[in-house]
Amino acid sequence: MQIEIDQISKEFGATAALHPVSLSIPSGALVALLGPSGSGKTTLLRILGGLEFPTAGRVLFDASDATNLTVQDRRAGFVFQSYALFRHMTVFENIAYGLRARPRAGRPAKAEIARRVTKLLELIQLPDIGARYPSQLSGGQCQRVALARALAIEPRMLLLDEPFGALDARVRKELRAGLREIHDTTGLTTIFVTHDQDEAMELADLVVVMSMGRIEQIGRPQDIRARPATAFVKEFLAV
Amino acid sequence: MSDTPTHHWPKPTGSQAHRPVTTEFPGFRFGLIAVVVLFLALLLFAPLVAVFAEALSKGAIEAVKSLANPEASSAIKLTLIVAAVAVPLNAVFGIAAAWFITKYDFRGKALLITLIDLPFSVSPVVAGLCLVLTFGANTAVGGWMVAHGYPIVFALPSIILASMFVTFPFVARELIPVMIEQGKAEEEAALTLGASGWRIFFTVTLPNIRWALLYGVLLCNARAMGEFGAVAVVSGKIRGQTATMPITIEMLYNEYLSVSAFSLAAVLALLALLTLTLKTLLEWRFADQLAAAHRP
Ligand SMILES: Nc1ncnc2c1ncn2[C@@H]1O[C@H](COP(=O)(O)OP(=O)(O)O)[C@@H](O)[C@H]1O
Ligand SMILES: [Mg+2]
Repeated sequence: MQIEIDQISKEFGATAALHPVSLSIPSGALVALLGPSGSGKTTLLRILGGLEFPTAGRVLFDASDATNLTVQDRRAGFVFQSYALFRHMTVFENIAYGLRARPRAGRPAKAEIARRVTKLLELIQLPDIGARYPSQLSGGQCQRVALARALAIEPRMLLLDEPFGALDARVRKELRAGLREIHDTTGLTTIFVTHDQDEAMELADLVVVMSMGRIEQIGRPQDIRARPATAFVKEFLAV
Repeated sequence: MSDTPTHHWPKPTGSQAHRPVTTEFPGFRFGLIAVVVLFLALLLFAPLVAVFAEALSKGAIEAVKSLANPEASSAIKLTLIVAAVAVPLNAVFGIAAAWFITKYDFRGKALLITLIDLPFSVSPVVAGLCLVLTFGANTAVGGWMVAHGYPIVFALPSIILASMFVTFPFVARELIPVMIEQGKAEEEAALTLGASGWRIFFTVTLPNIRWALLYGVLLCNARAMGEFGAVAVVSGKIRGQTATMPITIEMLYNEYLSVSAFSLAAVLALLALLTLTLKTLLEWRFADQLAAAHRP
């Protein structure tokens, strides 16, 4: 799905989290929102997912206005920074949640739900953990379950907030490759937030550098590296 | 961990070897335990034993007989009705208030939290008087209700209102810290997965707060059954009609009917013990789920 962000701004009381920003994301792209803490990455991602409403501006999905679409109607697979797995449900129930929440007419039968959950568990390469609770999983496993849960609703796009933020270096590397693979097999337009430039540069087709609620530069990783557009980008990449 | 350097701490010797670092010297610990036991014995255990001893002083048959008398049995019935109405209503109110306070940001939040605590700081007698002044027969609302045959004050409605006023902080106060700690991430996750508000409430929010809710409800129930001050003012203490268990106990006691008074008091104490037992049983039964509910 193609995503168009048109002059979106967001204010929280007196703080402007986003100055008007515009961004066009081609269908099927893997995009990184890169920037230091507080630069408005999460806010932008939440506006796309419908968890926050912009103060001004529009969001377009495949050229149709989605600004006032409810969270539920957006069908955005969202992976939260702290994963936000349902702690009182097993992994299986977590992944099945979105399918079971569908209105009766569109809800798959029990056996079909089980089949899909099993398939997703295989996709994230954790076929045997369906009966466990989130508290019995490692951080990396939680992250993959959160991804599977988001994929279960057959989302129109995938939004991930610092998906590897809380993990150690080795697991991060592994999961990066996992995300790339899942993106390539599903073909979903995928946007992830990160403050780690290596992660953005290695993984994304398109990197959006943000600072203080503004977009500093949009470009392919190699182009941003070769030609930083602003003093901020140059300095940020130098660190 | 293989590259951890080997430390050469001096080996602890003698009796020190098995002592955890947090342990005080033995005399202090013994003193602490003694103080706690003494307090429990003096303030909790001894009075409880005394109540039962007094109730059974003329034998179990006399005690049971005194409970069968219409005054006592009507009091028991009334107290159970009041609790059965006030507790569920306060549970719903408490959940709604806690939900509102923890899931939304708005002006005056601190004020609302203070207001919820109001019944803890206002004397129940004052609360009762306020109810009489608001809903008494010579007020607009109260007068209208009396005219239509449903008096509020000196009748069941005011007893329920008074009990609700006194107990309404319990559930909300148990829930608010738990819900603040849990944040709204899980609810937001459920939203992105397409769940409706009600579905999220019943499948995500409620299961996450069930233990705090249960605890709040049990406390609320114990307090609702035991409320004296506010009910004493609004009920009019009409024997066999508006006298709840605590009120009846006081009346019997003042008339030197000590077996009747203490038998009824023992029943009230038993109801309280029953709620505590219920809570313990549930905790024991669902211990595995409780453990699973805690994050690593
Ligand atoms: N719910 C909120 N209420 C008030 N201010 C907020 C809220 N969410 C974000 N902000 C502010 O908006 C700015 C951008 O935050 P955020 O989008 O979380 O940045 P990032 O994800 O890049 O670290 C920050 O200054 C932050 O304090
Ligand atoms: Mg963020």
